[in-house]
Amino acid sequence: MTTKTIFSGFGGQGVLSMGFTLANAAMLEGRYVTYLPSYGVEVRGGTANCTVVVSDEEIASPVASEPEFVVAMNQPSFNRFQNILQSGGLMCVNASLVNTASVRSDIEVLSIPTSELAEKLGTIKVANMIMLGSLIRASNIISFDAMIKNLAELLGEGKSKLIKLNKEALETGFTYVKE
Amino acid sequence: MSGNAALGEAAVLSGCTCYFGYPITPQNELTEYMAKRMGELGRVFIQSESEIAAINMVLGASVAGARAMTSSSSPGMSLKQEGISYLAADELPAVVVDMVRGGPGMGNISPAQSDYLQATRGGGHGDYKTIVLAPGSVQELTEVVPLAFDLADQYRNPVVILGDGMLGQMMEPVSFDNIKPPKQYTKDYTLTGAKGRPSRMVRSLLFDTKEEEEHNWKLVRKYQRMEQNEVRYETFLTDDAEMVVIAYGIGARIVKGAIKRLRQENMKVGMVRPITVWPFPAAILQELAKTVHDFFVFEMSAGQMIEDVKLALAGKGRIHFYGRPGGIIPTPVELYRIIGRHYYMAARRKEQ
Repeated sequence: MTTKTIFSGFGGQGVLSMGFTLANAAMLEGRYVTYLPSYGVEVRGGTANCTVVVSDEEIASPVASEPEFVVAMNQPSFNRFQNILQSGGLMCVNASLVNTASVRSDIEVLSIPTSELAEKLGTIKVANMIMLGSLIRASNIISFDAMIKNLAELLGEGKSKLIKLNKEALETGFTYVKE
Repeated sequence: MSGNAALGEAAVLSGCTCYFGYPITPQNELTEYMAKRMGELGRVFIQSESEIAAINMVLGASVAGARAMTSSSSPGMSLKQEGISYLAADELPAVVVDMVRGGPGMGNISPAQSDYLQATRGGGHGDYKTIVLAPGSVQELTEVVPLAFDLADQYRNPVVILGDGMLGQMMEPVSFDNIKPPKQYTKDYTLTGAKGRPSRMVRSLLFDTKEEEEHNWKLVRKYQRMEQNEVRYETFLTDDAEMVVIAYGIGARIVKGAIKRLRQENMKVGMVRPITVWPFPAAILQELAKTVHDFFVFEMSAGQMIEDVKLALAGKGRIHFYGRPGGIIPTPVELYRIIGRHYYMAARRKEQ
């Protein structure tokens, strides 16, 4: 099975690290992955996106024409990427910032109030990890256990405080969808 | 690992002892990687004052016997052409990486294949050629980089690695297990101080026309040997193909995605992916032209490799073309539609 996901939002929201984290965790699980960041004259507050393909077989194209999942952390990304999501695909939306009134009727939308959930954990910085937890719950691209297991390796040793915080954030997002 | 970082590590493992670079997007991560790694290993890293300085430092290191490398992107490559021409004339090995940009002038930093002709036709002045390798994945970089260093030493000629921003920025899992310790080459031309042996001279200025002609013919014979021995390519589903797509580098990856879709609808499309774009894999196209009538060239340019395809086919078959210049990355679905339409029209023509 091949799953394509586009992560998008403002530069500074941790959009690329969301994709990077997922891609690395999937790689450590022995899956085929490609991670393609958009790059250009990007600035903080500008738009950023990346495409992650996870597959059980060799990946032909790292470019996704019709992704199964889109994560939109801000309004411009929501407007832009809902058009390329495949029919029946899932749009994970940052409900704290995005108005979904104009959504296509043939896709599913999952709204996560990431900012509010992140503030409960004490820092807005983990909003991206909350979103990633929700995406994993809704998509099953990789198992949640695999994500948690590989977190330490991804963040690097000696960062136990950060590992705990990120783990909490992932769990928050994961259980928010469960409920 | 990103393509740029993988390229750097592959160069380190291939025994690159000197790297000279000048910053330019989209290959900056390579320079950054080399700055860190070469220092750790006690090898030479210099961020030069310009691209011209970097290529001439490569020439200096190479003539002293080092495995030397530099990298740049389109506008910087134009500046390096003089140095590459001197390397070819002096018969000095070097590896030059070109992460191509999207147009003339400064262009933009998006992935493109706009410098195919510059790379495959020598690029600078004088009647010379360089081997040009065009990898299509991060893993393939680990095969192409040691190969580039070996070919450079074997033929005493600069070798170009032609990539683009997407290959450089993209991350894929990568293993370096395939890189063997670098081979040793006897270098009887290096300038290491005579110390009792007869002195040597490396020069490209040959005033005597007879001498210059002889030198040029010697180079031509070398290029002929390369054309005979160093052609590399990959075929993908060509056995039963009724249409063969020719694409290279990252463009070929997108075509592969499109072909998977086309095959699901029983459209018999295959692909030839040149890994060496010079020497160009002409023989396989001539072979395929015995059974295949329709060839489709895709490039992220307005059409450059199509010239080589035309030369290879020498009038046989029909050549279709689709190009997206300027740093646009077409999606597999877009290519699936275009190739599918040409395939359908070709089938209809056959019926008539």
